[in-house]
Parts: sequence; C-alpha cells; structure tokens
Amino acid sequence: MTSRTFAQLCLLPLAIFTLTFLALPLARLILASGEGEFGWGIYLKILQTPRYYATLLQTVIISVAVTIAALGISTTAGLFLVRNRFMGRGVLLSILTLPLAFPGVVVGFMIILLGGRQGLVNQILPGHWVFAYSAFGLFLGYLYFSIPRVLLTVMAAAEKIDPALEEAALTLGAPSHRVVLDVILPALAPAMIAAGAIAFATAMGAFGTAFTLATNIDVLPMVIYTEFTLSANIAMAAALSVVLGVITWVLLLIARSFSGATIAAGG
Amino acid sequence: MTLSLTNTAKTYADGTRALRSTNLDVAQGEIISLLGPSGCGKSTLLRIIAGLETPDEGAKLLFNGEDFTQIPVEKRKVGMVFQSYALFPNMSVRGNIGYGLKMQKLSKTEINTRVDEVIELCRLEPYATRSITALSGGQRQRVALARAFAPRPRLLLLDEPLSALDAALRGQLRDELAQLLRSFGITAIFVTHDQDEAMAIADRVAVMSHGEITQIGTPEALYRAPKSEFVARFIGAAMPLGRHIQADTMYFETSTLKLPAPAAGKTAFVRAEDVRLDDNSPLRAKVMSVTFLGTHYRIALEGLAPDPVFALHSALSAPKVGDTVGVAIDPAAILMLPAEKKAA
Amino acid sequence: MFKSPAKLFQLAITLLACAFLLIPTLQSALAGVTVNYFRGVSSGLTFKWIIEVWALYSGSIFLSIGLALACLVCTLIIGVPAAYALARNPGRLSRMLEEFISLPLAIPGLALALALLQLYGGWREFRMSWTFILVGHVLYTLPFMVRSVMSVLAAIDLKTLEEGAASLGAPSHRRFLDIVVPNALPGILAGALTVVTLSIGEFNLTWMLHTPFLKTLPVGLADSYASMRLEIASAYTLIFFAMIVPLLLAMQWATARAQRIMS
Repeated sequence: MTSRTFAQLCLLPLAIFTLTFLALPLARLILASGEGEFGWGIYLKILQTPRYYATLLQTVIISVAVTIAALGISTTAGLFLVRNRFMGRGVLLSILTLPLAFPGVVVGFMIILLGGRQGLVNQILPGHWVFAYSAFGLFLGYLYFSIPRVLLTVMAAAEKIDPALEEAALTLGAPSHRVVLDVILPALAPAMIAAGAIAFATAMGAFGTAFTLATNIDVLPMVIYTEFTLSANIAMAAALSVVLGVITWVLLLIARSFSGATIAAGG
Repeated sequence: MTLSLTNTAKTYADGTRALRSTNLDVAQGEIISLLGPSGCGKSTLLRIIAGLETPDEGAKLLFNGEDFTQIPVEKRKVGMVFQSYALFPNMSVRGNIGYGLKMQKLSKTEINTRVDEVIELCRLEPYATRSITALSGGQRQRVALARAFAPRPRLLLLDEPLSALDAALRGQLRDELAQLLRSFGITAIFVTHDQDEAMAIADRVAVMSHGEITQIGTPEALYRAPKSEFVARFIGAAMPLGRHIQADTMYFETSTLKLPAPAAGKTAFVRAEDVRLDDNSPLRAKVMSVTFLGTHYRIALEGLAPDPVFALHSALSAPKVGDTVGVAIDPAAILMLPAEKKAA
Repeated sequence: MFKSPAKLFQLAITLLACAFLLIPTLQSALAGVTVNYFRGVSSGLTFKWIIEVWALYSGSIFLSIGLALACLVCTLIIGVPAAYALARNPGRLSRMLEEFISLPLAIPGLALALALLQLYGGWREFRMSWTFILVGHVLYTLPFMVRSVMSVLAAIDLKTLEEGAASLGAPSHRRFLDIVVPNALPGILAGALTVVTLSIGEFNLTWMLHTPFLKTLPVGLADSYASMRLEIASAYTLIFFAMIVPLLLAMQWATARAQRIMS
C-alpha cells in the first residue's frame, strides 16, 4: 500500500461521516426552506414580515451590545492579567474562563439566580428588581458566556506583543495612556476584531440561554424553535436557520482570517 | 559496480528541473560525496536514490545489477541520515536504533545484540537509555548514524549530516564521521555544501551545479585538475588571473608572464596559496587591503586581474595598503581552463 | 503594587467581571445544599436535594457520561486518522475539507439539529435511538479533535520523521502507529478532554434531538429549571459543576501542555 492510498484510507471515515450527517442534512435543510407555500420567495418573506425582521433586528441589536460590552470588559481584564503577575492571578483567570464549558441553559439559570424573582439582587435591594426575563437579562446571559471567549482570544494576542515595543514608546516620551492607544490597541486590533466576531456570532445563535429565561423578547433562535415545534412551519424554520447559519458562519470566517482562533459558538 | 544510476532526472510538478539527466556509478565500499551550492540538485539526487522522490520517466537505478527503480523506500534497504536527524522523539536512543531491526521482524534477542553492537561501535553506551531530547547535537548526529546503520543497509545515505551543528563541533565531528564510515566499510553517499567536509570524508567527490554533475573524481584530482571554471572556483576558491593571453604569454597591466605552454583562448586561474610576495619579482601589484588572520595575512592585490587577486602571506609583518609589491607566481600552479561565456 | 489610577481601574473591572461570573455559581452551589433557599442558609444545610436529584435524574447523568465516552471513541476513530491525512497533505483541498467539517462550530446547533431532523427524522428506529443524539455530539465535537491533533502534527516535522521511519523499512500503517500517534498524543489528549467536556455540556443540538426517554444531563437541567423548585435545580447544577469543572481544568491543562510542546 503506498502512502497515498493510506492517507486516502485515513480520510475515509471522516468523508463518510461528514457526507452522511453534515453535507446531506444541510442540503436537505436548504431544500426544505424552499418547499413551503412561498417557494424560494420565503427569504423575501422574512424581510416583509414585521415579526421576522423585527426579531432579526432585535437579535442583532442585543448581539452588538453584548459584543461591545464583552470587548470592553475582557480587553481591560485580559490586558491587566497579561501584564501583571500577582498572587491569586491564576484563580482570577480560572474564574474568568470557567463558563466556557457551561451550556446556555446553565448560563440562563445563573442569570435567574442573579436577577430572578428569588434572585440575589431582588433580595438585597428593596423594591422589585426582577430583570432576568427582560432584554437586560438576556444581555447579561449572553455577556456571561462571551466574556471568557473574548478574554482568551485577546490574552493570547496580548501575550505575543513584544514588551520592547511598549518600552520603546516609553523611551520616546509617550505617557502610558498614549502607549495603550498608540502601541497596544493597534497590536491587539486583529484579535479584537476576531473576538468581536466570535462574541457576535455566539450571541446571534445562542439558544439555551433564551430558552431557560423563557423571555418575552423574541430572538431569532427562539423564533426558529417555535416555528418548528409549535407552528410546524418547517419551511420558515428552515429558512430562518439558513439565514442565521450563513450570518454566523461568515462572521466566524472573518474571525478566523484575523486570528485563527477556534472557539465554539455554543451557549 | 554496486550502485549504478542511468538517465536519472527530476522535474517537479511546477516545471522546475531540479536534476538533469545524470549517470553515476559507485563501487562497493566506496564513499562518494555530492558537493555543490544549495539548489544544485544534490539533495534531490540523494532522495531519488533513497526512494523518497520519484525520478522522471526513463531513469534506471541498479544495485548489483538488480533494478530497484520501482521499489518503495521502505523496501530499499538503504540507511539514511537526515539533515535534521529525524530522530523519533517518542523513543529512547535504544528504541531509535532498534526500530529498523524491529521492522525486519527480528527476534528480541537478535535486536538487542545488534543494538548493543552498534551502540558500542558509535560509542553511545552512556546515552543508550536516554530520551532523544536529552542529547546534544553531536550525540544526536551519532544516534542518527547508528540508527541508519543498525539494520545493515546495502547503502548508507547522508544528507548534510553535519550542517545542523555549530562550526566548532562540525570540524571535530567531521573527522569522527570519516573514521566511523571507514570502520563500517559500507558504501555511502553523502551530500554537503562544504568542500572541506567532502574532501575529508569522501573517496570521490561529485561536484554538482545547476542540476548536473560537472566533474567527479578524487579530492586531489578535483583540486589539481579542475575541468571547469565552476569546479576551480568551488574547490579551493581559484581566482581569474591576467588581462589576456597571447600564445604562451600572459599580459598584466604593466608586465607579462611566460607560460609553460601556449594557452591562447583559455582562461587562467590561480589560488591564493600560490600567489607569493617577492620583491625580486618583476610582476608588480598594488596592495588594496590587508587582513590579519593569525597564521598568515590575506592580502588583496590590484593589477593582476580585472578583479582583486588575493595572496596568502606568511611573515611577521605585511606591506601597507597602497604599497606596490613584487608578486611571484609559479607558472606550473596556474590552472588553464577553457574560457566560459560570461560577462567580463 | 497597583498604585496608579489606571491600574486600579483595570483591577476593579477584572474583579467585577469575576464577581459577575462567580457569584451566581456560588449561589447555585449554596442553594443546592440549603434547606430553604428563600429563608437563607439559616434554615440549615442538607444533602436531601442532592439525593432527590440523584433519584430523579441519575439516568440522565449516566446517559450523558455514556454518550460522552461513545462520542470520544467516534471522534478518535474518525478524527485522528483524518487529522493525520490532512496534516500530511496540506493544500487547498485539505483546507476546504477542514473548513467544511468545522461548520458545526459556526452554524448554531439548532440549525444543525433541524437539518438532521429533516433528513433522518422519518427513520423511526434511528430517531428514537441514542445513536441519533450521538451523531449530533460527534458532529459538534469532531472539529475540536481534528484541529487539536492537526496543530500538534503541524508543529513537529512530521514529513521528515516519517521519511526516517520509511528509510528504516516501516510501511505506512506502521509509521502511523509508531511515529504519528505517539507524537500526536498531547494533541489527542487535549482533544479528548475537549470532546468529553463539550459532549457532557451540549444542549442546543441535544434539546432538538432527544426523546422523552433519552434525556441527557443538560436536557434534565433545562427540565428542572422549568419545573422543579429552585433548591433541586441548584442541587442538580451543583452536580453538573462537580463533573464539568474538573474536566474543564484538565482540558485547559492539557491544551496548555500541548501548546508548550508545540513551541
């Protein structure tokens, strides 16, 4: 057996599995979206139906807000953790990366514990501070799982910045806030774009958190879910899935081209 | 002939001619060096012999008369020492050396006996159980050699075996490698870009350039009688000499030199060790630079050729830059080579 | 040491973020062992909720562990040889294939689950079997295994090592077993821990693919959040944390180790 044949043999299980359970189902999904009463016009229908495009818009707005907040928090914390060594740093880092493995449902529950009817905030503060089921609760939930993802990407890039660059700027007389602005942020920019795309795509596709919070705010994954299970509107569920999948896939493709990071869009 | 290559060439998929049609015969027990600058095709030739590259259609590789052109690398029974050594980091020194024997499906005792034998031969006893990562560069080089030699290959191939080492160690290991290869008594081909290495180790040296073997011979033959300007320059750094030659006279800027034979239409070359400073000589040159190198001075001279000609000068003092000095060159030491087309 | 206002600000943000992520997990841990969460810890500590969760959901927990192990076996069999083949033949085709199998990372699990349901939902035996969920988990975790192994293989000079083995007489399959697999072990380990961690926590795909008789741990969690009292939901979450946090720490350790070997 030549090494070429052997390599092809090595790819065979992957090829069979991917064809059977990825390529064909995705093709079926795309076809299914065109099999409804509107045919392929269903994609136009999404934009013409206020409920769908309002949902799309709302999902985008929440995702943008989460992305900005996560970038701000994680870049600040990430830079701090990369550039300072102190006791307890490892513990802080572990805490900040812990939610990576939390499914969206658990994140939703965390938000209920914070802002639900029996939540911490409602217990401490007088009056009715129940925000878990509002848009703000959803925002916090998405932020919860976005912080670790952005943090890891930014920290990986920050560790690669040559400390000499910063020292050079200081010897040239730049005050430290100018160093951050002129040296560090430009060096971090690709990683921040990548991390932002990851956070945005994750927030767009997040299902478990919205599901647990059973919020009144319609987000795209929840609408897909209800179209499929309650309305049995298969074609619309499929079409919305295709739209959502294309958006997140393109965003992560952009992220990869900037940093090559591999962080799952779960949640 | 043990090994015989006929019409061996290699063209890559992108059209690059790495190796032009080459013939090579190697005798039993002979150590051959493929010498040339990078990109001359020497590694390609070695990898074709190893079976790691497929030659172009029409090549024929014989070993003791048996055609092995189509035999895959794992069945060729060639030992190979790689430039990076390619030692398996997941195995100990013993594991590496015994791997080829394991592939021959020998019994445990046979493998152990042979591994012990090779370890002793290569003086690796103190390192036998170490992991590869715990070895120095020189030790790795010896393990790589031992590993290639242990399965009793028909042919040992070495690809720049010393180039991964630093300069000081390289000189020491060069002699050690030469000695080990002789004690193995094996037919070996090794690739190098370093003429000292080739001269020190090989019985015959094949000088390669632009995908071809330009000359093959003993180190002495190549040094004393290069057949081309390339070989003369590459082996012993010969420099062009004189303005032009008419009949048996070489003309310089201000003087002439009588040659032993008529040499019109040829190009003359001389090596720095054959250029002496001699105040009594009528041949004059101007000193352009003087470099002190410990055992001698290296002096650049103007007026002997369009380009500066260097002289090695062993003395307690040297002339100053700008001085005019007398230069003596033994006409017998001048290499007369067919003129090559080039921009003068 | 944190004298400057800028440093203090950074520290404050870092600590706030930590508090935001940590406090609810502590609350959940505490609520899981508190007699009455509404009355607070003063009502006393108890294991009764955890015992109750075990009685209600131990089946889900074992199903998740079983699924994760089966998923690991599948990703090893499919992923490791594939990673080798892709690393050995880098090129446009390999990159495209890698990109394609990574789609499940980019496309929301919901969409993937819909796709699987569309094509195979009508095949009853398969739809009702645990292997249907397994397919979803393998789909989602496979790219992690492939990439983890590939990145380690890309860092070693695989081609020359293999040529070395070939020149010593090793045929292709021996080179794979003797050289490729042992040297890829750090990547395989990191990939394996990632696969198990992600499989145990997977919800988005599983929620769509599960049946009333096949509830995984996260599906059970969603169920308890929706229908059980807060203490039971918290106790269940606590059990989940006890499983996932050591796995996550092991995964981070193994990934860091694999990266150290690569550099």
